[in-house]
Amino acid sequence: MTELELKLILEGALFSGREPMMIFQMKRLFGDQKAPTEGMLRRALQSLSDDYADRAVRLVEVAGGFRFQINQEITPYIANLSDDKPGKYSNATLETLAMIAYRQPVTRGEIEAIRGVAVNTYIIRTLEERGWINVVGRKEVPGRPALLATTAQFLNDFGLKSLEELPVAEALVSAPTKVLSDQVGASSE
Amino acid sequence: MAYVQGELPLAIVEGARITRMPKDLYIPPDALEVILDAFEGPLDLLLYLIRRQNLDIIQINVAEITRQYMDYIKLLESMRFELAAEYLVIAAMLAEIKSRALLPKMLTYDNGEEEEDPRAELIRRLLEYEKVKLCAEILDQVPRIERDFYIVEAQRPEIEVRILPPSIDLAELVLAFNGLLLSAKLSAAHEIEWESLSIRDQMNEVLKRLSDRAELTFPDLFVPDQGRAGLVVSFLAILELAREGLIVLVQTAPGRQIYIRKPEYD
Repeated sequence: MTELELKLILEGALFSGREPMMIFQMKRLFGDQKAPTEGMLRRALQSLSDDYADRAVRLVEVAGGFRFQINQEITPYIANLSDDKPGKYSNATLETLAMIAYRQPVTRGEIEAIRGVAVNTYIIRTLEERGWINVVGRKEVPGRPALLATTAQFLNDFGLKSLEELPVAEALVSAPTKVLSDQVGASSE
Repeated sequence: MAYVQGELPLAIVEGARITRMPKDLYIPPDALEVILDAFEGPLDLLLYLIRRQNLDIIQINVAEITRQYMDYIKLLESMRFELAAEYLVIAAMLAEIKSRALLPKMLTYDNGEEEEDPRAELIRRLLEYEKVKLCAEILDQVPRIERDFYIVEAQRPEIEVRILPPSIDLAELVLAFNGLLLSAKLSAAHEIEWESLSIRDQMNEVLKRLSDRAELTFPDLFVPDQGRAGLVVSFLAILELAREGLIVLVQTAPGRQIYIRKPEYD
């Protein structure tokens, strides 16, 4: 198989679904044939990414794998087609999400201690329904409060490969722990 | 079209053009609820009050900030708004800091260190909270799906899955049929009909035959037609009869004929 053929197969596969595709899933594209190595795949992906350098879509890698997405500069035009604009999250929601993202895993009590106000249950539920946070365990203190952390979906939706890619303001908080609540796995379909 | 337009006044009050927002804008009471909504809690309100004076958090003038903070709280109270307890906690904290600042500084004599700045805890909390606010702003700027970018997705070709029936060779069919026949032969079952021989019946038979004769020889009792099973049943019947004392078995010497007789009742 030539590199061009490999590129075309990957291009087609990446366009065929909404979910990002991991290297191991790409290997399954070849069925009974001998699958290309990870190195070959990555080289082909890089070359494919270069091909799209000046197009409206680009190839990106996020936590869940590779995917094509529309460039940010183009997005506002497409958004005009839609009647319902994506809602803005309140400051309270954003602050809560920021606490969880930068300090995970945290308990509600820890969020409340820093924000100085009670965390509205509605906010937690909104973030959970969006698939951005979930409960990853319980803190072994009296009351065993739930420990909240961000999900792989959160990384995907924010276009991040890992938590290390979260932009960091100077002298920010304690180093984010590498807890990924659910590893992206066999979500091929 | 081009003409120079003077700075538009924000308002004209008693003939004077006001082009800048007054520093301490009066807040109409109706707007208070709105204002309270705009803050994410007492720390946020405090931060706002500090930042409005362009002050570094570290250098806050607690007395002044407390006065402003309490003004807000009083206003809210006079409006009979239900105050979130968190606001009162901070108010209490401010009052404590202010009163402690009024007291002469205490020196702890054992190590000569100065007492901790009573503002330290408040400053720590404010700094911490400001970080979170900052993080939230930064996070909000991260390009987000559906807001800043979309996923590209092409229509996946409809893949119709048609399973073709495999073709069959006639020879294979015959072979398969032969195999079937063979296995049918192997698994052929014989239905076995049990002869209705029961020990109890055979016992009756022996007694009946013994009723009109004085004695029977052992072989008399075995009917070859009944086969091996009959033999066994007859034998068991005789043993059973003997055990129950209904017959007597007599043998004159080892190896000689065995006779079956009725017991002699006294």
